Amino acid sequence: MSSTMTEPQTASPEHSATDRAGDDLSEIVTFAVGKQGFCIEIEHVLEIRGWTKTTVLPHAPDYVVGLMNLRGTVLPVIDLSLRLGLGKTETTPRHVIIITHVQDRTLGLLVEAVSDILSVRDGEMKPTPDVASPQTRAFIRGVYSVAESLVRAIDVHQVVPKADGLAA
Amino acid sequence: MSDLRDSFFQECDDLMEVLNDGLTALDEGDCDPETINAMFRSVHSIKGGAGAFGLDALVGFSHAMENLLDDVRSGAVTPNAQVTSLLFVASDHLSDLIDHDREGTTADMSRAEAILNDLRNLSTAPAPAAPGELSAEEQEAAAAFQPLVLDLGLDLGPDIGADPGADPDPALTPAPTPGPHPGLDADLPDLGPFRDDGAARPMVITFSASEDLYRTGNDPALLFRALKALGDLTVTADDSQLPPLAELDAATSYLTWRLQLDPAEGVTPDTVEGVFEFVDGICTYDISDAPPVICEPPAAASPDAQPPAAAQPAPDTPAAPPPAADGPASSGASSSRSSASSRSTIRVELHKVDRLINLVGELVIGEAMLRQSMSEQGLTSHGEVDVAMGQLRQLSGFLQESVMTIRAQPVRGLFHRISRIAREAGREAGKSLKLVTVGEATELDKTVTERLTEPLTHMVRNAVDHGLERPENRIEAGKPERGTITLSAAHRSGRVLITLSDDGGGIDRARVRRVAEEKGLISPDDDLSDSDIDNLLFLPGFSTNAEVSKLSGRGVGMDVVRSEINALGGRVSLQSQPGEGTTVTISLPLTLAVLEGMIVTVAGETMVVPTSALRETFRTDEAAIHDFGADARVLAVHDGYVPIVDLGAALGFREEPDTITRQSLLLIENETGERTALIVDAIQGQHEVVIKGLEQNYHQVPGIAAATILGDGNIALIVDTDQLMSSQPPVTRAVADKPAEVPFRSAQACPAQ
Amino acid sequence: MTKKILAVDDSRTMRGLLEQALRSAGFDVELAEDGIDGLDKLGPANPDLVITDINMPRLDGFGVIEEIRKQDRYRALPILVLTTESGSDLKDRARRAGATGWVVKPFDEAKLVAAISRIVA
Repeated sequence: MSSTMTEPQTASPEHSATDRAGDDLSEIVTFAVGKQGFCIEIEHVLEIRGWTKTTVLPHAPDYVVGLMNLRGTVLPVIDLSLRLGLGKTETTPRHVIIITHVQDRTLGLLVEAVSDILSVRDGEMKPTPDVASPQTRAFIRGVYSVAESLVRAIDVHQVVPKADGLAA
Repeated sequence: MSDLRDSFFQECDDLMEVLNDGLTALDEGDCDPETINAMFRSVHSIKGGAGAFGLDALVGFSHAMENLLDDVRSGAVTPNAQVTSLLFVASDHLSDLIDHDREGTTADMSRAEAILNDLRNLSTAPAPAAPGELSAEEQEAAAAFQPLVLDLGLDLGPDIGADPGADPDPALTPAPTPGPHPGLDADLPDLGPFRDDGAARPMVITFSASEDLYRTGNDPALLFRALKALGDLTVTADDSQLPPLAELDAATSYLTWRLQLDPAEGVTPDTVEGVFEFVDGICTYDISDAPPVICEPPAAASPDAQPPAAAQPAPDTPAAPPPAADGPASSGASSSRSSASSRSTIRVELHKVDRLINLVGELVIGEAMLRQSMSEQGLTSHGEVDVAMGQLRQLSGFLQESVMTIRAQPVRGLFHRISRIAREAGREAGKSLKLVTVGEATELDKTVTERLTEPLTHMVRNAVDHGLERPENRIEAGKPERGTITLSAAHRSGRVLITLSDDGGGIDRARVRRVAEEKGLISPDDDLSDSDIDNLLFLPGFSTNAEVSKLSGRGVGMDVVRSEINALGGRVSLQSQPGEGTTVTISLPLTLAVLEGMIVTVAGETMVVPTSALRETFRTDEAAIHDFGADARVLAVHDGYVPIVDLGAALGFREEPDTITRQSLLLIENETGERTALIVDAIQGQHEVVIKGLEQNYHQVPGIAAATILGDGNIALIVDTDQLMSSQPPVTRAVADKPAEVPFRSAQACPAQ
Repeated sequence: MTKKILAVDDSRTMRGLLEQALRSAGFDVELAEDGIDGLDKLGPANPDLVITDINMPRLDGFGVIEEIRKQDRYRALPILVLTTESGSDLKDRARRAGATGWVVKPFDEAKLVAAISRIVA
């Protein structure tokens, strides 16, 4: 088990303290999946951990990599790349798992790497461009422009594995 | 306030339990006065609390129940079958009302009216509780039985008006004693200070205490202090009645006071009158306008007059004996002392307990990890380390055991709920029945108890609806008209057995078989044993639709019961005797938190097979394995043949292996005695594992009961053996269970699946 | 000096309500779960006033009052009984047993405190 790689809670003070123009500031965690930039709201992120081998779950959808042990809690890990339709992740020790809390569940999101924690205005989020594939659009709330690159805001609620069709 | 409200509803649960226990005792003919007293007190306390939180419907209903229970207590009403049955119905409704108030929803009051009417008809007490909840009839009754206010023609405020002790009926109230400045003639109910404008004028109060005033801990000085708080007060004492010192009786009052009060602004006559609330009847007092002139003293009055309350029978109890006869002796009789002791308990929020249980689970895992790494490094050969490790292991084991018992609770509450459902089902089906419960004190994990409600509800409805015959048929069969359903719980070899049996007609196997054939679940050629036919009831989609009733025909069958019980790590089985009845047995683990399991390896994964299902293990190269049809195998055991299933293939980890030469076989058995042999790659050993549910962060997985964390921190899945077996075709199982016949029936016994 | 009140009621809810009302009015409160418990706590608590429910297991309110009044030192101890609205005959019985006054359940905090201040020296 590798230790925590990033402390998302310690957001850089310049970001949070300088801009008080509006009360709609929110913090996002940005990361890479399949060479593309994505982000989720920081309130969903519990911690970030290095990749560890998971236990295979029978009768699970392909994007559910397996189960991991987080200090005694058993939680499923989701291959975000496969979930977003970007192909199966070949895991390496450099991959990381973002532990997220959503809809009262804890689950791990397997991503390539975590990039940064940023403060953004909610108003800065632009609608998802039409060019995106339907599968991608289903999981994306919108996009941010950050330093000339595009960051896609993931709708974590959509990422949670659904029980329907899986139970016997 | 909301904490107190929560606490009230928690208390209601306890009180309802007392009430239900009492009713069950009453139903069994136990009429111990303390039982009835306890029931009365429960309802009384519910009413009291409900009143405090303004739950009027609950107040009104519990009041009606309380009246009937009071009559039973006093012997005015005999607790016969009719009364007991009504009390059961009422108690169920009371429970509903509590639930509705707890959830803030509205109860179905249409039923309440009928029950209230029955309660009123049986009970002798007409006095209502909460006016908001009373029918017109009851309000009339209230008026008829509480005539005080009308008789007085005065408005003395609700508390005083309703109190006969506060009735200053001039004819019966002894006149005030003579004093230097006596008040107005007491025979005239002169209420001078009580003007329409509501404001009090300067007034004169004459007051003399009776012995009872002192006996009850009242004190004239305190009354005066209270009056002084209402305005300017002048007090003059008259000691003319004081006897010579030698004759002085300390308990007797000899003094009369004259008080002049100039009320402060805003003080109403009611307020002044209110000061005398507690002493009304045990003193003589008179309030009048401050007189411009001094009046003549009235003629007759004795200072040691009997307390007016004594001379004056309470209007609503006209036959009440005088207090001389009804003194301390009789009230002493009501102070029943019994040996009933209250349990010493504390209330702890469930999540705190769960956290503790989780932590202890982690501790046990940590201990196992430590033990493993020490043994890897050869440290355990050191004597002292070994001893210390042994102690640690033992202590953490004890700790885990103790912690598990915290979550355990008696099945009593669950059984009461099921009893109630049985009664309701019996009423709806028009079948008279008696529900007997056995082993209510048996303890079970709280979560298990909660999740048993639904399966048991379905089972008991089945028993009432399909199990028990119609009354006329029972009589015809020579059985008592009233059917008996027995619900029992008991500990047996580390598990809890819950059985529900009826003395009905048993399973109609011919019909079950016909239905199963019609639905294509079995073929008409299948040779099935009685037990095989009974087990068809557990098949998904099986429902004897020919007679769908309001009760159990709700689209769920015994298959749902089975899957619910399986999800709890339990097993269901069914036994039936034609004409004698049916018994359904549920076997459950004591706790959901730990499990004894066999650690195995399958397709590179480590898995756990619960030892409760495990009967025997074999090595494939030593076992008698026979190919069976195109792609099936059976294992020959000493009493027959069982189908072989590859665990890895069943879970989708791999294809069915072509050859099985170096693997192991686990012979597992379910509750009904069906067996299957599971192929695993290797057996590592037996361990106690801490169960980690998958539902919390994921959802249920077919064939998997839960997960656990091994000593090395890795996760292993725990196999749900019953579900694995039930996913096999039933006929295969049925036939494989009849080993002697297998070789001759291969063609149909092993259909190409 | 802060007055101490011994409140005797078998209902946990009622005890809670009494304690809250009395404490917020500045009284010291000692609680007892039934009549026997109340009598047991009487000596150690040495209250300035007793409030007791009537219907209780083991020993009811009348019994509590009688037992208290039997002891000389408590002859003048103010005792309030908690009665229900229909309890007029109960009030009489309570008074015969030696109760100083009564409070009607469900009680109003202000009335409760007013009743207490009327009988506590």
